[in-house]
Amino acid sequence: MSEATTLAVPEATFLDSNEMVLNMGPQHPSTHGVLRVILKLDGETVRGTECVIGYLHRGVEKIAENRTYVQFAPYVDRMDYVAAVSNALGYCHAVETTAGVEIPERAQVVRVILAELNRIASHLLWLGTHALDIGAMTPVFYCFREREEVLKIFEKYCGARLTTHAFRIGGLQYETYGGFEKDCLAFCDWFLPKVDEYEELLTTNRIWVGRTKGIGILDADECKEYGVTGPVLRAAGVEWDLRRAQPYCGYENYEFDIPTCQNGDTYDRYLVRMAEMRQSARIIRQGVEKLAPGPIKGKVSKVLKPAVGETYTSIEAPKGELGYFVVSDGSVQPYRIRVRPPSFVNLQALDRMCRGSLVADVVAIIGTIDIVLGEVDR
Amino acid sequence: MADENKPAGEVPALNGTPGTQSPEATTSGTGGSTPAAESAPKPAAASPEVSASKPAAESAEKPAAKPAAKPPPKKKAPAVMEVSPWEGPLVDALKERFGAQVTEFLSYRDQDFLVAELSAAIPIIEYLKLEQDFDYLVDITAVDYPKREKRFEVVWILYSFDKNLRVRIKAHAADGESPATAVNAHLTADWLEREVFDMFGIAFEGHPNMKRILLPDEWQGHPLRKEYSIIQQDQDWVRENLQIESA
Repeated sequence: MSEATTLAVPEATFLDSNEMVLNMGPQHPSTHGVLRVILKLDGETVRGTECVIGYLHRGVEKIAENRTYVQFAPYVDRMDYVAAVSNALGYCHAVETTAGVEIPERAQVVRVILAELNRIASHLLWLGTHALDIGAMTPVFYCFREREEVLKIFEKYCGARLTTHAFRIGGLQYETYGGFEKDCLAFCDWFLPKVDEYEELLTTNRIWVGRTKGIGILDADECKEYGVTGPVLRAAGVEWDLRRAQPYCGYENYEFDIPTCQNGDTYDRYLVRMAEMRQSARIIRQGVEKLAPGPIKGKVSKVLKPAVGETYTSIEAPKGELGYFVVSDGSVQPYRIRVRPPSFVNLQALDRMCRGSLVADVVAIIGTIDIVLGEVDR
Repeated sequence: MADENKPAGEVPALNGTPGTQSPEATTSGTGGSTPAAESAPKPAAASPEVSASKPAAESAEKPAAKPAAKPPPKKKAPAVMEVSPWEGPLVDALKERFGAQVTEFLSYRDQDFLVAELSAAIPIIEYLKLEQDFDYLVDITAVDYPKREKRFEVVWILYSFDKNLRVRIKAHAADGESPATAVNAHLTADWLEREVFDMFGIAFEGHPNMKRILLPDEWQGHPLRKEYSIIQQDQDWVRENLQIESA
């Protein structure tokens, strides 16, 4: 295992008298929730970090074992609460795979449209807060303005804005409202020029480039070593997206590009997410075209009892690979549900990304990983 | 910041309520020979007469842990996982390399997995990484089957970017048994194994920092064990640290 051991983390020592330990969080505005990071500093330089997590731990996996499959569905929205639709998609897809349920075409298309809208909303929230952390005050207002339009579509569709519980196992609960297609298309038309506006503000901005270029580098090998997925992996040059690699929900029928960059730094991750928002809008447009009348719910018995078995099913959530390992013992309650959250796994790479950088960059790096503590702690 | 490595053999005291042990002992373990058949501790033993006299037989048979909301079974679902054998060049290579250490190669819903000896799990992961390009450790988790002789099933999920393949490795671990750590092969195993330790009390041998990750360090008990009730918590910890008396 010589190849693997060379990648082991260099040790932070505590003997050096220059080293100082600084506590950051859990109540720090730039940690996006309750994340506590203990920094080991040599002057301004970070020599090592340790994350203390669990402040938002609610025992979601234990709750799952004590609810039926249907009852547990709203809980998954509370994990990555800025991308609740993606969580619901991942969960429903996993249970449907375990139970062998087929989803009608129309339900799949609506799912894709809503999931991509949610990807845009999630990336917008990331962009706004990330820019705010670094000191660019303006983008957050624009981002929230655009995100509001997505939330309005969610609200009109299912009555909720954030924790939507939009999907049901087997398809959808609600038919789309009159004018849903028009709203989606209007949003895409209106939104794409806004992405250009953000880019005008940031992409060539000297301060932005100075604060993000070459910061928090994680190359492709390190990403794989740490199990990091999503935009962070793609920014390191790996063209890998579960929507393409292992399509689900009919993603194989959509044309879209997988944006990648080469350097794997904070700036590249920004570029990748900007491009992904455009691709999401592209997918939404295709989805609206595909939307044909039809049933929205497959044949699912009211008392859902998947056959004895276990499956691992994952989707490409805005933050990376979101997996559900479902073990069924043939009863109405899952025997075990394991959530493989992208935020939790990606956050682990924080230490590697921070070492050698400055304290001020830690804030930028936490922002660029795009974590949601509800999902880290579950 | 004491990063002192805990001795790996030192398995923390198990604080599960011991009350549930006695009914388990009565169900004779069917041995490790057929893990697939065993993998389903069916709550309602699907005997033919159950359907005839539903409510009485149900309530008498079922342990109190399951809520009464569960309706009686309408049709008999198969009690075991309907697996098919998993075949292919990868299986042949693994068979040649590991022989009897891998007991089964199975496939369920087009997802491939193998069941191996606990001691063989890490060599298999290392082999798959170095020689078969399974370079991404997706997840490590465990499932608790308290009635079995070896109660835990530890699950490693691997993925290969080049082959676009996903493989699960399963191994059985008894309470107190320590699987070897995967940290030397995949750094991502660090937190994943800590979470398994936190939730199940499975300590991974050789892990550089085997301590709790989501729950407080001093917390007693491992919540995802089946005997740990959903409303159970470490009362002493709560009283001491949060200064509240909870119900």
